[in-house]
Amino acid sequence: MGILTWITLLPLAGAALVMLVPREEESILRGIGLGTAIVTFLASLFILSDFDASKAGFQLEVDKVWVESLGVHFHLGIDGISLWLVLLTTFLMPVTLLAPQAIGTRNIRVRDFMVAMLVLEAGMIGAFVALDMFVFYVFWELMLIPMYFIIGIWGGERRLYASIKFVIYTLVGSLLMLVAILYLYAQYHAATGSFSFDYVALSRLSLPFEPQLFCFLAFALAFAIKVPIFPLHTWLPDAHVEAPTGGSVILAGVLLKFGTYGFLRFALPMFPLAADATAPLIAILAVIGIVFGALMAYVQSDAKKLVAYSSVSHLGFVVLGIFSMGQMGVQGAIFQMLAHGISTGGLFLGVGLLYDRRHTRNLEDFGGLWKKIPIFSACFLVIVLASVGLPGLCGFVGEFLILLGTFGANKAWTHSGMQGFFPMPRLLTVISASAVILSAMYLLTMTQKIFFGPLDKPANKDPHVRDLHGREYWVFGIIIVAALGMGIYPQPILARSEKSVAGMIDSFQARLKDAKANPQAPAHLFPANP
Amino acid sequence: MHAAESFNLRLIPLLPFLGAALLILFGRRFSRQTVVIVAAGAIAGSAFLAFTAFFQALPGVAEEGGLRDVVWKWIATGDLSLDLAFRMDTLSGLLCLIITFIGFLIHIYSAGYMEHEPDYARFFAYLNLFCGSMLVLVLGDSMPVMFVGWEGVGLCSYLLIGFWYSETANATAGKKAFITNRIGDFGFLIGMFLIFQVTGTLRFSEVNALATPGSALMATYHGMPMAFWIGLCLFIGATGKSAQIPLYVWLPDAMAGPTPVSALIHAATMVTAGVYMVARLHALYVLVPAMMAIIALVGAATALFAALIGFAQNDFKKVLAYSTVSQLGFMFAGVGTGNFTAGVFHLYTHAFFKAGLFLCAGSIMHAMSGSGDITKMGGLRKRTPWTHGVFLVCWLAICGVPIFSGFFSKDAIVAGAFATELYGKAELFGLSLAWVGPAVGSILLLAALGTAFYMSRLYFLVFSGESRADHETQHHIHESPEAMVAPLVVLAVGAGLGGLIGAPWGLIGHPEWNLLGEWLTSAVGPEMEIHHTTELAFMGVSTALAIAGILIARAFYLGGYRAPAQQFAGAAPGLVKAAYNKFWVDEFYDAVLIRPLRKLSSSLYRVVDRILIDQVLVNGTAAVVDLAGRIARTLQSGDGQRYMAAFAIGAAALVFFATRPTLPAALKVNVSGTTVTVDASRTGRPSQRGLTYAFDFDDDGRPEVKGVASEARYTYETSGTHTIRVTVTDPRWHTQSSIKSSVDLDAAGKK
Repeated sequence: MGILTWITLLPLAGAALVMLVPREEESILRGIGLGTAIVTFLASLFILSDFDASKAGFQLEVDKVWVESLGVHFHLGIDGISLWLVLLTTFLMPVTLLAPQAIGTRNIRVRDFMVAMLVLEAGMIGAFVALDMFVFYVFWELMLIPMYFIIGIWGGERRLYASIKFVIYTLVGSLLMLVAILYLYAQYHAATGSFSFDYVALSRLSLPFEPQLFCFLAFALAFAIKVPIFPLHTWLPDAHVEAPTGGSVILAGVLLKFGTYGFLRFALPMFPLAADATAPLIAILAVIGIVFGALMAYVQSDAKKLVAYSSVSHLGFVVLGIFSMGQMGVQGAIFQMLAHGISTGGLFLGVGLLYDRRHTRNLEDFGGLWKKIPIFSACFLVIVLASVGLPGLCGFVGEFLILLGTFGANKAWTHSGMQGFFPMPRLLTVISASAVILSAMYLLTMTQKIFFGPLDKPANKDPHVRDLHGREYWVFGIIIVAALGMGIYPQPILARSEKSVAGMIDSFQARLKDAKANPQAPAHLFPANP
Repeated sequence: MHAAESFNLRLIPLLPFLGAALLILFGRRFSRQTVVIVAAGAIAGSAFLAFTAFFQALPGVAEEGGLRDVVWKWIATGDLSLDLAFRMDTLSGLLCLIITFIGFLIHIYSAGYMEHEPDYARFFAYLNLFCGSMLVLVLGDSMPVMFVGWEGVGLCSYLLIGFWYSETANATAGKKAFITNRIGDFGFLIGMFLIFQVTGTLRFSEVNALATPGSALMATYHGMPMAFWIGLCLFIGATGKSAQIPLYVWLPDAMAGPTPVSALIHAATMVTAGVYMVARLHALYVLVPAMMAIIALVGAATALFAALIGFAQNDFKKVLAYSTVSQLGFMFAGVGTGNFTAGVFHLYTHAFFKAGLFLCAGSIMHAMSGSGDITKMGGLRKRTPWTHGVFLVCWLAICGVPIFSGFFSKDAIVAGAFATELYGKAELFGLSLAWVGPAVGSILLLAALGTAFYMSRLYFLVFSGESRADHETQHHIHESPEAMVAPLVVLAVGAGLGGLIGAPWGLIGHPEWNLLGEWLTSAVGPEMEIHHTTELAFMGVSTALAIAGILIARAFYLGGYRAPAQQFAGAAPGLVKAAYNKFWVDEFYDAVLIRPLRKLSSSLYRVVDRILIDQVLVNGTAAVVDLAGRIARTLQSGDGQRYMAAFAIGAAALVFFATRPTLPAALKVNVSGTTVTVDASRTGRPSQRGLTYAFDFDDDGRPEVKGVASEARYTYETSGTHTIRVTVTDPRWHTQSSIKSSVDLDAAGKK
């Protein structure tokens, strides 16, 4: 039993424990839920200490035969890319459960909520560390079920609509991915005579262009819906608006990252030819998403919807960075995933707190709250600034690296028949950089409407509208320290993913070169890295 | 270049940051006195360190690139390796001195000015945060580190303009400042990306070292050298931060903030960041005179345009705000003509006299019960003698009266503009630029005349004659407390005599007395050589213009609004109205940019996002699936009769298909000559039910052979192709099946 197995199973054990406690014992239930999340986080720090940043490949692997006849292994492992995403997951979960508002205003069925959140955590960690496509798919779908319940049970008024939309949308994508996985499984058998779902084995499979393209599109659709990439994003505002605070935080903070993580882990390395051919197209969609999401956020009157659309914009940066296919861009994308988890997670926690105090999310209902709740207002402003991408806070580093990487991406893109479009990466960068202006516009407008101006509405003066107290101090304190720390000293994070990203890009380029040399070669295995 | 790493430069910005952190976390529990001690103490410590660094550690290493302090590796991945590092050379050192010195004075002044403010700690926390960010900006060793400070000061500006946030207008002004600055930052970012792509580094010293005529920076890109585009993008950033055309609009609104803030941020320090940045990258900029010409022209145009608006403003601080915009234009004209020392010199003198003017404005408004309306002032010379004295000195300095600091620095810029040889062979897309130097110089002279006029107007309307305020306000007029007066006096000394350290001592045979020029040589190159007669001539011209401006204003406004002023206003009402309304630039931006963007966003949201994508594509797809489901659902009605009917129909269909005689998949046809033998039996399964077979050999509906045998023989009369149809009938159920096949006798025969 390696450390990875432990942290994957810990939340499940916690969930089992929660189920043994009577449902009336709400404080015990909350305590077990939070305690499990904290223990999982502490355990995940061992991964950090055991991780060797000088290696590119997978580490801390666990490999047990699961279903021998099908070639399914319980194979887990971690590299510099998944390392930080696992830590983001284990970090955000206790912070979320610490917030009294996590469960939403329908403060019911605490026990079930804790079970759902812990199962969700196990699913997320498992999907990040799975190195067997079968295991990955199991965890991938496992995440879906608790989130469906979290939105559907503890959500707002239109929770059923939102949760069904979320589940069906996501399922459509993932079923196509399943088909592609089975196709790869069959092709691998045809090429080698043995059955395997192993990620490392399957990713060595080199397919001719057309099947590669179809498999890529099947994977890409699943991931694009998760991210979400424009125009597949409309489930997101609905899901966020209806989800309880805890659901929103985890949805934006971690779940969306599975889309971008999927591109990075599966879609690119496994189908280099197809990824290369479609990179400019996806980059264009990402840029549209950046600008479109920002413009949509600009006209929202519901604070939660505004933050949801800002996610579309921010995640567009991540996709752009990944498809710049260079070290800086991909590193920036990974960093931006983490930064977005912190800042947008923080924004949702803040909006949740406001809803708890004021029972509204309509920006027009607020005004002058700084006078009433100064500490929270200051905290929220810091998180807003992190999201705006102010240098010195977490949002800047990722955006800067992504834009810088994409700006020089014409080197990477000359492989993909984009030579004629020499200025295109530059043009895309310039267009996306306009989000620097737009994000300030929508987020500062929101800030002003909530906190500034006269405190003249009676509902805002109500004594019920009180400042941070108790555990809320911890929640926002932790988020702010993380945002500041990541902005001032990001290098420890970048250094640990450096080698893995470099290895991934190198092998991508090598395989691309090989495939270009002989595009119609039948399915075969690419030689393993020396 | 090698830089000494013996001095802890990081402490200079760190102290104010620590002060800010302390005040943010515990300020609400501190007494007012403790707040001031923490805040001013942090700046004092920082000032002490800056002075020590500048005068003790720096002189020995100034030629080797100055002091450098690396905190840690900040962002390093792939080809990028950025340190969080600070560097002090004479240029950044001088700026540090200005920031910490004036910053300290303004902290002291604020202690008195903000006396009645309930949110005392928050104010000082922001002020400290600002000083820290500004110090990061100037000390940044690379462009991204500078950008941290660059954005940090923008943030503090936002927070301090909107300090009294309960007024929506103040909060809106802060937001406007931030967003306008972000437009500039957008340019700054693109400039950084271009520099990195071309040179592979973002460190100032390395970029400057690489900026040589033969470098990649001079490679042509879209008709101009790459350095031109880089310079242009960065200059867009500078126009935002330093309030130049076209992005100056935020600065006048920024006067919504407390007055000490206007003095520190919006006059002395932050707004000069753009000038500093251009001077910082001097080697890159001098490579492309065309870019320099744009800077100089924008600067000169801003100087004149803002001065014109300043003619007609009636708010004390608004006049000073436009004056700042105008003076920043002078600085850009200075650096844009390659006269970096003069530009920085004016930055330094302006910091003193403009901070002094703003603090006087604060003192006057303090006396006038908070009002800044100069039409209601007058006669304050006697009521506020100290403030008057300070204002007098700063006024003469900004007008450019000899010996006062502004005289020397402004003159250095103007003379330099006429004397510059930078544009000799420069071209912008083929357009010769030799005219730029004299043109900029002439515009600046006009602007200088305008400056003398509107500043004198301000002086006379406020201090001369009798008070025009109402009785109640008049009753409360008082001089400010010592905490406010003392910093004013210090600033007045600087505004009066500070110009001497950069004066053209060469004229009287002592060039070595020009300390400023000597200091800055190692950072921005030697001072521009200006012929002594040229220098003297322009000194004469500027003095004459300054005095002319003062005299005209005296004729118009001494003791209040005099007849000539009213006649002038009556003669050109359109001009006065346009200047008063700031030439409607804000309204223009609103109509052309802000409102269309909002409209576009909301229609995109309603039409594209909600209807096209969500309703049509997403829910439309779902609706199609749903419709299919609904149709299928009608079959499952729960109605027994319908089920019985469906059962009966189904059973009948089943019987029909089950009882149809079975046929082989294809007929077996055997040809010999014109005789064919057809076998319609199913292989291996003899017919079990007494079926009858009808063989129609020419498919004309009349079977030639009928019977129970499944095989038949027929001889054709003609050759060619024939179609054979076999129909099988089950006599019990009267069901039939048929199959056909074609036969080509010719082809078969040849075989």
